[in-house]
Amino acid sequence: MLKNFFVTRWGIIGVGCFIGALAPLLQKLGNPGNMGICVACFERDIAGALGLHRAGVVQYMRPEIIGFVLGSLIAAYLFKEFRPRAGSAPIVRFVLGVFAMIGALVFLGCPWRALLRLAGGDGNAIFGLLGLTGGVWTGTLFLKGGYNLGRAQTSHTSAGWILPLIMIGFLLLMLIFPQIEGENKSGVLFYSIKGPGVMHAPLIISLAIGLAIGFLAQRSRFCTMGALRDLILFKQIHLLSGVIALAVSAFIVNLITGQFHPGFAGQAVAHTMTLWNFSGMVLAGLAFALAGGCPGRQLFLAGEGDGDAAIFVIGMIAGAAFAHNFGLASSPAGVGPHGIAAVTIGFLVCLFIGFTMRKKIV
Amino acid sequence: MSTTVDARGLSCPQPVLMTLNKIKEIKKGEIIVKVDTDTSRENVSRAAESQGWEVADIQKQETEYQLTLQK
Repeated sequence: MLKNFFVTRWGIIGVGCFIGALAPLLQKLGNPGNMGICVACFERDIAGALGLHRAGVVQYMRPEIIGFVLGSLIAAYLFKEFRPRAGSAPIVRFVLGVFAMIGALVFLGCPWRALLRLAGGDGNAIFGLLGLTGGVWTGTLFLKGGYNLGRAQTSHTSAGWILPLIMIGFLLLMLIFPQIEGENKSGVLFYSIKGPGVMHAPLIISLAIGLAIGFLAQRSRFCTMGALRDLILFKQIHLLSGVIALAVSAFIVNLITGQFHPGFAGQAVAHTMTLWNFSGMVLAGLAFALAGGCPGRQLFLAGEGDGDAAIFVIGMIAGAAFAHNFGLASSPAGVGPHGIAAVTIGFLVCLFIGFTMRKKIV
Repeated sequence: MSTTVDARGLSCPQPVLMTLNKIKEIKKGEIIVKVDTDTSRENVSRAAESQGWEVADIQKQETEYQLTLQK
């Protein structure tokens, strides 16, 4: 059996360094501050581009997300790891995706962005990362107690292709309806004319980097939630070494490119409400742990045929629509008018799922 | 005499949790673990080795792997 270099310690560290180096470069090329890559923010922007929410400042069909799924699909096919599978409590995964997104948008970032924010000097990210750890730790308690979402079944090849095909469809929409300078709509797609949504690297570069990261992340099984979970549950630091490599290399590249600005106030696309930076990520971390992967990992799993991960992704996109339509998402001014209520409800939903889904595996 | 852990269709970390529970239960001997993704195969192998067990054999059958763990 051909040994997969990327699942070795140096392999995962290399992939972490690669992602950590490219994210700040994407910022240099146009992506928003400390947001070279943010799976939650970018899926939120996709929800905006589709008009699922109408927050005018966050509408862009982010090619990085499309690249992640398709890069993983290519890697899975090349290395014969494409396994179409589905059926492990999909509705639960959808709901976990919704609340994972709501929690992430109260903090303003997925775990990748939490690391990139820290690497850019944003001290608020510390509370987000502490929250993430707390949420994952809570998730491990449920896992130890027997929580599971049951078995998936092998499915049709085309079932595994559904999310990749949706992503190809999104890419085609972008090509058919390209951004028009100063216009907030092109054909069916919405675009931003101000705010983070207007800040983006050139399409071809975003897509190419997305494909490369998707490919390598599929090979290495890179996962930020898994990193914390395996440390807490098994005392394993394999995945964690990749996550640390990401943060360190992003920090170094930020220093070199003049993007390191230490402090708390006035950070790019961030707020300073410590309790809610923390609590938002506790909710997100718990939802990731219950669903078995961080938002990035869910995209890579979906690319290798996992229909349940694909449902989580769709849940996150739906969650972004709820978050902005209901005033749950934070802004640099602080939490949204109903953000606190949504986090509270999210905790109750996750606890309900965690406590009640302990059916013995047969 | 070997005992079997059937982790097919389960996603991380269930296959590892089930394997480690079995390792704790029988302490030494032989365990057959069935998984159906490469990630689970790697994770179960890594976890078993970290507990001082040896991955004696890996059989690939159509869409699944059968790992033989020994101590």
